[in-house]
Amino acid sequence: MSDRHPLFKPLVFVGGIVFGFGLGFSHMARPEVVLNFLQFEDLGLPFVMFGAAIVSGIAFALLPRIRDAAPLTGDPYERRLKPFDRNVLVGGAVFGVGWGLSGICPGAAYASLGVGNVTILWALAGMFLGAYAQGYWRSRNHARDTAPTGAD
Amino acid sequence: MVTDPVLLQAAADLFPNGISRYAVGGLLVGLGTVLIYVGTGIPAGASTFLESTLSYVSDQSRFQQYVASRDWRLVFTAGIVLGGLAFAATVQSGLVTSSLYEPGTTGQLYEVAGVTLWQTDVQPWRLFVGGILVGIGTRIGKGCTSGHGVCGVGSASKTSLAGVLTFLTVAIGTAQVVAALGVSP
Repeated sequence: MSDRHPLFKPLVFVGGIVFGFGLGFSHMARPEVVLNFLQFEDLGLPFVMFGAAIVSGIAFALLPRIRDAAPLTGDPYERRLKPFDRNVLVGGAVFGVGWGLSGICPGAAYASLGVGNVTILWALAGMFLGAYAQGYWRSRNHARDTAPTGAD
Repeated sequence: MVTDPVLLQAAADLFPNGISRYAVGGLLVGLGTVLIYVGTGIPAGASTFLESTLSYVSDQSRFQQYVASRDWRLVFTAGIVLGGLAFAATVQSGLVTSSLYEPGTTGQLYEVAGVTLWQTDVQPWRLFVGGILVGIGTRIGKGCTSGHGVCGVGSASKTSLAGVLTFLTVAIGTAQVVAALGVSP
């Protein structure tokens, strides 16, 4: 996987730009707007998340019928399926408290930095700290637990 | 076709900023995801970047599984930041105008070198504490609003639907409690 197509990273970069532009345009990069949704003062947010899910869902459904593998990686077109376990609910709940408190999620936080929101560095610092804490803890536990983790 | 004034009023109350900026923004977020998927077969999420980037500086075993993907995830995230800046330099700065875009009144606008930038009024402690929980939660829960919410739901994944329902419900409850406690902004 180390020697991928020369267009691999440029395409990921362009995809990221469109993704980030959309987060800016939809105001998801503004924590206030997310909080307004969660407080039922502006119900626009689902149009962003489910609108995006419908667009990507069409591609996820169609591409495997058109081609066997992606041109830049040779990887098969597959849906994003992760194994379900208790962690999905526990982690989802912890994420929910953080999202409800701050109005910020990872992708929107990166885009928020782009729209000039330097205060968001507090959230980004928090995210790395949180991700490190869980990684540290799970690395310790994983040493005892030899079961492989789900593929990603 | 007769438009019902009661329905229109209800829509104006529920969607004070209209729905077009949300729908158009969502289409673009989906389009960015599709671009990457078409070329690479990867349904990209945004939160794995946190762990994959930590693999550069930490040798904890948990982060090492992301070494293979950490370079492109860095590129993806740099693209997202630049995409936000591109939005600021065009639509937010008024260089490009569209009837589909409702500017809104949250936070504060400021200018640097002719580009209109935006800054939040939400207090730093909320962003920091919330960020820590987001960092822990998305990683334990295997995804965030883009991984589960866009790619997972788009894949009709039951795991992702359960994840989205969980974090959406808990976030609504949390935001209501925080608002009821008088924390603002």
